[in-house]
Amino acid sequence: MAGNGFQTSYANDKPPSSTGSGEAAEMSTDPASSSFFTSDFKRHEDLKAMLDSNKDTQKLEAMKRIIGMVAKGKDASDLFPAVVKNVVSKNLEIKKLVYVYLTRYAEEQQDLALLSISTFQRALRDPNQLIRASALRVLSSIRVSVITPIMMLAIKEAVMDMSPYVRKTAAHAIPKLYSLDPEVKDQLIEVIERLLGDKTTLVAGSAIQAFEEVCPERIDLIHKNYRKLCNLLVDVEEWGQVVIINMLTRYSRTQFISPNQADGPGDADRPFYEDSDKEEEEEEVSEMKKTPYMMDHDHRLLLRQAKPLLNSRNAAVVMAVGQLYHHCAPKSEGNVMAKALIRLLRSQKEIQYVVLSNVATMTSRRKGMFEPHLKSFYIRSSDPLHIKLLKLEILTNLATESNISTILREFQTYVTSPDKDFAAATIQAIGRCASNIAEVTDTCLNGLVHLMSNRDESVVAESVVVIKKLLQMRPSEHKDIIVHMAKMVDKITVPMARASILWLIGEYSERVPKIAPDVLRKMAKGFINEEDIVKLQILNLAAKLCITNAKQCKLLCQYVFNLAKYDQNYDIRDRSRFLRQLILPGENGSALAKYAKKIFLATKPAPVLESKFKDRDHYQLGTLSHLLNIKCHGYQELPEWPEVAPDTSVRNVEVVMPYVPKAHHVQHKKKKESKSFYSESESSQEEETEDSSDEEEDESSDEDSGSEENSDDSEKDISKKVSSEEESDSDDDESDSEDSSEEDSSDDSVEKIVTPVKKQPKTKTKAATTTKPTTSSADLLLDLDDLGPSSGSSVAVTPAGGNMLTPTLATGISNISIQDTPPAQIIPPSIVQAKSYELLNRMTGNGLSITYQFTRTVSVFSPKMVSIELKLTNNSDDTLTSIKIGDKKLQSGMEIQEFPEIGSMTAGMSTTCLIGINFNDTIQPAKFAICVGDNKYSVSITAPVGELIQPYSMSNAEFNTQQGKLSGMNENSGKTVIGVEKDAKSICLCVHSVANVIQVPGSAENVYRFSGKTVGTGTMVLMSVVVADDNAKITVNCEKMVIGSMLLKDLKTSIAKS
Amino acid sequence: MIHSLFVINNTGDVFMEKHWKSVINKSICDYFFEAQGKASCPEDVCPVINTPHHYLINIYRNSLYFVAVVTTEVPPLFVLEFLHRICDTFEDYFNECNESILKEHYVIVYEILDEMLDNGFPLAVESNVLKELIKPPNFLRTITDTVTGKSTGVSGILPTGQLSNIPWRRTGVKYANNEAYFDIIEEIDAIIDKSGTTVTAETQGYIDCLIKLSGMPDLTLTFVNARLLDDVSFHPCVRFKRWENEKILSFVPPDGHFRLMSYHIGAQNMVAIPVYLRHTINYREGSGGRFDVTVGPKQTMGKTVENVVLEVPFPKTVLNVTLTASQGKYSFDPVSKMMTWDVGKIDTAKLPNIRGNITIQTGSPIPESNPVINVQFTISQMAVSGIKVNRLDMYGEKYKPFKGVKYITRAGKFQVRT
Repeated sequence: MAGNGFQTSYANDKPPSSTGSGEAAEMSTDPASSSFFTSDFKRHEDLKAMLDSNKDTQKLEAMKRIIGMVAKGKDASDLFPAVVKNVVSKNLEIKKLVYVYLTRYAEEQQDLALLSISTFQRALRDPNQLIRASALRVLSSIRVSVITPIMMLAIKEAVMDMSPYVRKTAAHAIPKLYSLDPEVKDQLIEVIERLLGDKTTLVAGSAIQAFEEVCPERIDLIHKNYRKLCNLLVDVEEWGQVVIINMLTRYSRTQFISPNQADGPGDADRPFYEDSDKEEEEEEVSEMKKTPYMMDHDHRLLLRQAKPLLNSRNAAVVMAVGQLYHHCAPKSEGNVMAKALIRLLRSQKEIQYVVLSNVATMTSRRKGMFEPHLKSFYIRSSDPLHIKLLKLEILTNLATESNISTILREFQTYVTSPDKDFAAATIQAIGRCASNIAEVTDTCLNGLVHLMSNRDESVVAESVVVIKKLLQMRPSEHKDIIVHMAKMVDKITVPMARASILWLIGEYSERVPKIAPDVLRKMAKGFINEEDIVKLQILNLAAKLCITNAKQCKLLCQYVFNLAKYDQNYDIRDRSRFLRQLILPGENGSALAKYAKKIFLATKPAPVLESKFKDRDHYQLGTLSHLLNIKCHGYQELPEWPEVAPDTSVRNVEVVMPYVPKAHHVQHKKKKESKSFYSESESSQEEETEDSSDEEEDESSDEDSGSEENSDDSEKDISKKVSSEEESDSDDDESDSEDSSEEDSSDDSVEKIVTPVKKQPKTKTKAATTTKPTTSSADLLLDLDDLGPSSGSSVAVTPAGGNMLTPTLATGISNISIQDTPPAQIIPPSIVQAKSYELLNRMTGNGLSITYQFTRTVSVFSPKMVSIELKLTNNSDDTLTSIKIGDKKLQSGMEIQEFPEIGSMTAGMSTTCLIGINFNDTIQPAKFAICVGDNKYSVSITAPVGELIQPYSMSNAEFNTQQGKLSGMNENSGKTVIGVEKDAKSICLCVHSVANVIQVPGSAENVYRFSGKTVGTGTMVLMSVVVADDNAKITVNCEKMVIGSMLLKDLKTSIAKS
Repeated sequence: MIHSLFVINNTGDVFMEKHWKSVINKSICDYFFEAQGKASCPEDVCPVINTPHHYLINIYRNSLYFVAVVTTEVPPLFVLEFLHRICDTFEDYFNECNESILKEHYVIVYEILDEMLDNGFPLAVESNVLKELIKPPNFLRTITDTVTGKSTGVSGILPTGQLSNIPWRRTGVKYANNEAYFDIIEEIDAIIDKSGTTVTAETQGYIDCLIKLSGMPDLTLTFVNARLLDDVSFHPCVRFKRWENEKILSFVPPDGHFRLMSYHIGAQNMVAIPVYLRHTINYREGSGGRFDVTVGPKQTMGKTVENVVLEVPFPKTVLNVTLTASQGKYSFDPVSKMMTWDVGKIDTAKLPNIRGNITIQTGSPIPESNPVINVQFTISQMAVSGIKVNRLDMYGEKYKPFKGVKYITRAGKFQVRT
C-alpha cells in the first residue's frame, strides 16, 4: 500500500498507472484516453521494442497496452509483425493476448497471419485438451480464406476428439468456416451430422447452433437425434437450451399434426375462437370428430421435457419454452406458461419490453390465459414509455365485459398522466375497449366527451378522433355529442381533431341541420389559415352540405371552392376542381352529377379498432422478427402444421443387431424382467429429469459406455437391456409386448412407487452383476446386444406402446447412433460392450470398491497409453476423502497417468475417472496403490492382450502385403470348431470382444480380416478368420510373437465358446 | 449470434468495443445515438433498434449502455439476458461495473469478453469457470507476481467446472470457517390509490446466499410453509424434481455469493401493506399550492419500519418547494423537479410529517394531476409473505457449518397515487 515496491508491482495489473522506471513514466497515461494519439508513431516503436525484448514481463506489458488500443477501437495493425512473432511464447497470458490480437487483425494482414498457422497446427495435436481447443478456436477465428482447407481438416479431426470440450469448440468453428467459404457446406453438413449424434450435454447446444446457422433446412438430420435432444434438454447449459427449443419448435411443426384440431365447440376454450373464422372452424371440427386426435408420443415428450425449464432463471429459456407451448401445445395446456411469463415482468426493463410484446401478441389471440394476471399489467408512473404502451395494449386486449369497469377506472388515472403521449395512447385504448365491448360504449363516449374539455390539446385532439370513430359505428344516436363537438371546433387547434369534427358534421349533417351550415360559414372564413388536412375536410363538408342543403349552402360552397382553386397545395386544387364538377355542374352537366348524393353520402363501414399485434402472429414468438415486425435476415418461417403427420418411424433410431439371440433365451429373460421394465418406463418418465440432474455422473468422460452408470442408474441398465431385447424380437413378439405394456402400466402403479425406493440400497450389487465380466455366455451376449459393431443388418425399433418414450431407451440408443458409418470406414474403435474388472473389492477397500474397464479409445493423456476408466463407489457409511493414486511399482518402460485427487465421496456416491497406462506392449501387471486418506491399498491392473491393440484401418490389398511381410515365425495359426452361427456378425463380434481391432473391408466371403497396431510401440497386428463348414481357421500375424500367440489363444476360446 | 459489443458511456463516448466475428465499424453506433436523442430519458431508449443491415440490442445499466450488434435473426431475450450476464460477471469480478472500473481493468475485461463468447455464442459464462480461466484482480497476487516475476493472471489448466456436471462449483474449495448464510429478501410492489386502497400488490422474493463451505457439500433447505411458493425460478444447481415432489430445495451450492431462487407471489394473494400515507396536495390558481404528507406504519407485525424515503416527482411547472419536515431531511432537484425526503425510522409515537408550499411558475396553468409518490422502506426480521425456513441440512461433508438465515422486507415498486 505505501512502499514504492508495491506501486511498481501494481503496475503489472494496471498498465494505465505504470510507474517506476523512467521510460514508463511517459506511458503512464491512460491508454484509453485520447493522449494516445499524440505521438502515435514513436509509441508504437517502443511497443515493438518491448515485444522484441526477451523478458516476458516486458512483452506482457506491451501486449496489455496493445489490447488496450484494440479495446478502444484504435488502429494497432502496424504492430502485426511484431506481435505475431510472440504466438510461440511459452507464457500463457502473453499467448492469450496474442490470440486476441490475431483474431482482431488477421483479416487485414492475411499474408503475415499465415506465419502463425503452423503453430496452431502443432497445437492441435497437443495432449492438453485446453490447448487443442484454443488452437482450433483461434485458427477458425482468423478469417483468412486461404486456410479454409486447413480449417476443414482441423474441424474434421476435432469432432472426433476425445474431449467434449474440443468437440464443442469444433461445433463453434463450423459456422465460422461456413461464413468464410459457403462452398464447403456439404462437407460441413457431414460434420454437423456427426456432432448431432454426440450425446454429451456440453456439445449438444453448440451442435444445434451450428446446424441452425449452416443447414436449418436439413430437418431430416434431426430425426435420429430428436429423442436424445429432448431427454438431454434439462441438462444442457441454458444458452444451448434456448437454441435447441427454438429448433425443436420448428421441427414439431413439420413432423406432428396440430394438437388443437380436436377441440370441439362447447369446449372451455370457446372464447378463444371468437375472432377466428367460424365457418372454417366448424368444418374443421366436424372433420376431426371422425378421427379423435392422439398426440404423438414424441410430441408429448418434447412438451414434457421442456416444462421444467419454465422455472429457469434465464429469461430467454423461459420465453423459448413459452413460445414452444404457444405454437405447439394444445390450447388447454398453454396456461402453464402464463405464470412464468408474468414472473419475467419483474426483471430488467429491457427484458420486460420483449416479454410484454410477446404477451401482447398472445393476448390478441387468446385472452383467457392472462386474464387472471390482469393486475400485473397495471402501469406505474416510473415505467419507460415503450413499456407503458405495451401494457396498455395488453390491458385493452384483455378487456372483457366482466373486467372492463376496473380497467376503465385504471385508464382514468392514466389519462391524467403528465406524459402526454401516454395519455393520448390511453384514450385510443379506451376507444378500442368501447368499440369491442358494446356494454360500455356509452360510458366511454361520455367519458371521452368529458375529456374534450381537458386543458391539454393533445388529449382533446385524441378524444375527438376516437369519438369520431366510435360515432361512426353507431351513428343513429348521439346528436348531442355532435352538437357538442361542433361547438368545440373554435377551441381546438390540432389539425387532426378539427378535421375529424368537420368530417363528422358533414357526414351526419342531417342530424344537426341548423348547426352544420354555420360551422361551414366559420370555416370558410378562416380557410386560408388552415392546415391542408383541415382544408380537405372543409371542402368535403361544403360538398356534402351543398347536396343536402343546397339552398343555404350553395354560395358558401362556391366560395370555398374558389378559395381552394388558388391554393398552394395541388391536392386541394385538384380536389376542388373535381368536387366542382360533381356538385356544381355547368350547363352540360356531367353524367356523374346525379349520383353525387350516392357517392358522397353512402353509408360507410365503421372502422375496426384492433390490436396492432394481431398481424405479428405469423412470426414465431420470441424472435427478433416478431419484435420488430419485419422479416429479419436469417429468419426461419414457422411452418404450418401438416395435414397428415409424416412418418413417425423416422425418429426411431436404428439399432444394429450383430447377433440374434436364441429365442428361448429371450423369452425367458423377457418374462422375468418385462414387468419391471414397463413399470420402470412409466415412472422413469417422471423421474427422468431428476435422475439426470441428480446424476453425479460425468457424462463427458464416458464415451462409449452405457454400463457404468452410478447407483441410481441400475434400473436404467435393466430397462435398457430389456428394451434392446425387446427390439431384437420385435418382429415376432411385437403385438404381444404392446398388450402387456398396457396392462402392466395400469396394474403396476403400486409397484411404480415402490421400486425406486426398494432399489436404492441394492443398486450397487445390481449394477455390479449387470456389468461384471462373467464368463457365462448369456450375460455376455446380453451386453453385446446393447451395443454392437455397426456392421450387418439392422432392425428398426418399432414403436411399441409407451415404451418408445422411455428416456432410458433413448439414451441407450443415442450411444449407438454415433456410429452410423458403414463398416468400410470405421475409424473409431469398434464398439463392444466393455467388460469391467474388479480392481478393489469393497471388503478389502473398507467400503471403497473400484472397478475398471478399457474404454478402447485413444487416451487423452498420451497416444501410447491405454485408456482405462475407473469407477469408484463408496459403499461405506462414511465419507471418504482424498482418494488418489499412491506409489507405483512399474516395470521399466511403463507409465501411469494418475487421475486427479478426488476430494471426497459421500456415502453411496460413485464416480468415474480416467487413467492412462502405458503397458509398453507387455502383459505385465501395472501395480500401484490407491490411497484413501491415510489408508493404502495396493492393486494391479493387467491388460488382456487384446486391449493393448488399437484399431488401424487399411485396405484389403495393404493387408495382403503386410501379411506377406509377417510370415514364418511371426505367424500363428490354429483351428477351432465354431460354436455359433457362422454369420459375419457373430464372428466379428467374437473378435471384437477379444481385441480392439478394426475389420478390413472387402475381403472374400467367409474370410474375415482385422487389423490393428499395438498401443505402445505401434507394431502391426493382423488377424484373419477363415470359416469353412464348422471349423474356423484363425491366423494371427504379429512381429511380437508373445502377443501373436496369446491373441490366437484368446480368439480360439472366444470363437469356440460362443 | 452476437456480432459485436460496444460499451458507451453517458456522454456518448464509445470507450470499448469487442468483435467476435468480423469487425463492424463503430459508426454503427450513430443509429443508436439517433434513437437515444429521441428518447426523453436514458431508460426510454428502445432496447431493440432496427437499422438497414444490423440490429442493435442494448441495455442501460449503471449509466452505461451496452450495445450488442447482431446481423441475423436471434431471440432478443437471448442477447438481453446475456448482456446482463456480462454486467453481472463484471460486478462479480470488480465489485462494481462502471466506466472507470472497466477502463482500469480493461485487459481482464477484454479477456473475459473473449472467453464468454466464441463466434458470438456463449462459451464459458459460469462465474466459477471464468474465475478459473481468468483470475480476478487481487492485490496479494499482484505482489507475488512481481516478486516471482511470473504472471498468474491466466491459468493454464482447464477449469474442471467446464467439464463436470456441476459447472457452477469448482473443486477443492477449502475454508477454515465453514459458513452458510441465507438472506430471504422480499419486495413489495404495490399501487395504492388516492383513497388509500390497494389497487394491486405483489410480492417478489429472493433467496440470496453466501456459502463458504469446503469440499462438495450437498444442502437441503426446507420451509415451514413451502406451499406459499408456487411461482419460482431456480439457480441451475437446484434439483427441480425434488422441489416438485417434496417442496425441498436440494442443491450442491456454488461457492460464494449467488441467488439460489426467486419467487413471485401474484396479485391474487393478499399482501399486508406495511405503511400508509396521509396526503393533501392541492394547487391554487396563481399562488402555487400546499403540500402536506404524513407517513405511518400499518400491519408491520410489531417490527420497525426503517430507511423510509419518499420521492415526489413534481410536474415541470413547479419552480420550487419550501417544506418543513418533522424528521429527516428533504431535497429538491430543480432540474428533474424531484423532491426526495429521507425520513429514516418511523416512530409510531410521533408520525413523520412534511408540509409546506409549492411555488409554480407564474402564468402557467396549475397541474391537473397530483404527483405519484414513490415510497421506499425496509423492515428487517420479517418476510411479508410469511415464508419461514424450517431447517438446513448438509450431506456429503463431515464438519458442522455455521448457518444463518436473515429476513428482510423492503419496498419494490411501491407507488402511492395522490
